[in-house]
Amino acid sequence: MEQLLEILSDLHPEVDFEECDTLIDDGILDSFDIVSLISEINEEFDVVISAEHIIPENFNSAEALYALIERLEEE
Amino acid sequence: MLFTSYRFLAFILGLFLLYYVVPKKCQWPLLLVASYIFYAFAGWECLVFIGATTLTTYGAGLLIDQNHARQKNYLAEHKADLSKEEKKAYKEKQKNKRFALMVVCLVFNFGILAVLKYTNFVIANINGVLQMTGSENMLSFRNLLLPLGISFYTFQSMGYLIDIHRGKYSAQKNVFKFALFVSFFPQLIQGPISRYDDLEKGLFGQHAFDWQTVSFGLQRILWGFFKKLVIADRMLIGVNALIGDTDTYTGFYVFLGMLFYALQLYADFTGGIDITIGIAQVLGIPMQENFNRPYFSKGIKEYWRRWHISLGSWFTDYLFYPISVCKPMLKVSKFSRKVLGEKIGKRVPVYAASIAVWFVTGIWHGAAWNFVVWGLGNCFFIMLSQECEPLYEKFHARFAVKDKMWFKAFQIGRTFLLMCSLRMLDCYRDVPMTFRMFSSMFTDWNIGEAVTVGMWNLGLGVHDYVVLAAGTVILFTVSMVGRRGSVREMLAKKPAFVSIAVFGALFIATVLFGAYGMGYDASQFIYNQF
Repeated sequence: MEQLLEILSDLHPEVDFEECDTLIDDGILDSFDIVSLISEINEEFDVVISAEHIIPENFNSAEALYALIERLEEE
Repeated sequence: MLFTSYRFLAFILGLFLLYYVVPKKCQWPLLLVASYIFYAFAGWECLVFIGATTLTTYGAGLLIDQNHARQKNYLAEHKADLSKEEKKAYKEKQKNKRFALMVVCLVFNFGILAVLKYTNFVIANINGVLQMTGSENMLSFRNLLLPLGISFYTFQSMGYLIDIHRGKYSAQKNVFKFALFVSFFPQLIQGPISRYDDLEKGLFGQHAFDWQTVSFGLQRILWGFFKKLVIADRMLIGVNALIGDTDTYTGFYVFLGMLFYALQLYADFTGGIDITIGIAQVLGIPMQENFNRPYFSKGIKEYWRRWHISLGSWFTDYLFYPISVCKPMLKVSKFSRKVLGEKIGKRVPVYAASIAVWFVTGIWHGAAWNFVVWGLGNCFFIMLSQECEPLYEKFHARFAVKDKMWFKAFQIGRTFLLMCSLRMLDCYRDVPMTFRMFSSMFTDWNIGEAVTVGMWNLGLGVHDYVVLAAGTVILFTVSMVGRRGSVREMLAKKPAFVSIAVFGALFIATVLFGAYGMGYDASQFIYNQF
């Protein structure tokens, strides 16, 4: 989780990613951010996040995103 | 059958009555019959194309869905006796089967769209090359049928298919229900491009008559007709005059044309969508909004999140993300980070996908180079604003103007003018001509002549300008009030006579000032042609 929070903070240092759960709904992360984020996550965590995983439920909070990474790691 | 024809009014009124009279379980079949009758008015031959898209997408969706279920069952049954590698190999095999099915269906349907819509564009370009090489043998253009709303229903159906492939929801088992999803008549000709999971419940549910829902729907339809008939079709006269004579109407006239077209397009497209959503609401079917006060956007990225939302989100979900996060693109990204450095390399997949998306967005709007340049122009400014973000941040750290009203107004004005300038490519339909007309705004100083003489010779009289000015003020006011919530809901909370007075006045204004019976016919909606 620490690793993920670090990636997210690099992208938007002004956002409190531990608290925020409306990253997509409030437009904090836009499509440019999401692509950069996926590229970083795919490398750091050795998982493959593909287009089908890009839904608000997976990206609205750091927690949801981490849950997705864990799910993909299990697969 | 035009939305603005008396025949259409009779059609929807008859449908509304029948819809709440027939048994509730017959409501969706009635809508299917009504949609096909509506579509048949565009020509019987068009039915073949929409039928082909419906059947192929239905079939492919079902097969993909069955494969998903088979995989799930097989893995559950063999949970204990398969190793992790065997499970992975099995999943990969099934995934490839599903992918192949999806690709065949996508190629077939986008193939139909491409052949019907772009064959003559390709021929024109080949002829251009032949002409340059001095050849006298030219290819002849084909007289191809372009079925009504083909871009809209193809995109909506293919979105469904991709969602089934992604396992987002289950396929529709009833072919007639699926046919209704593809052909639902209010949205068929100019969108919004709906998602199946958004529409399913409303479309196939049973709806009891609810006066408030029906009256809200009727109010929305009336508001759409007001925008279309009173503002857009009246403004069309001025726009046609200004872009029709490029020798006379240069300089300030071009600026005037830009503003006129901005108003016409907004009133036309949002008016059409109001009628669409209003009809669906009368039928008890909620539909997603396609606009969110786009002219109040403070930047180009924000503008595109608020204008033609359903098309933008379609491209984002089904084209931008699949391109930018696919394996080959991630490899390119890795390589470019090594070669170009972390900062620039990171942007390669995003920008490559953006260029592809905006090229397709351009060509979706029309088979001509002016639309391609328009699309790529939008892409250029989006990238530019992205690249300028560090500069903006420095500026805002130095000057505390971000929250000042005047600065927000400046941002809105800047975005509006930028979008108007790009849209000139849509007006003049010729790239060199557009650049010539654009530059004339800075070289031909004819504002005095334009204001005192020229603008009164565009076919618009004093009464037209008064109606347009009043209409614009009403549009602006409704937009401003709408920031606090639904205007109709606010009115409904007031005493009944307030609603009656407001919508009575709107009805009378539409009847009295609508652009019909005054020597010209209500025109097609601009987005019908896509």
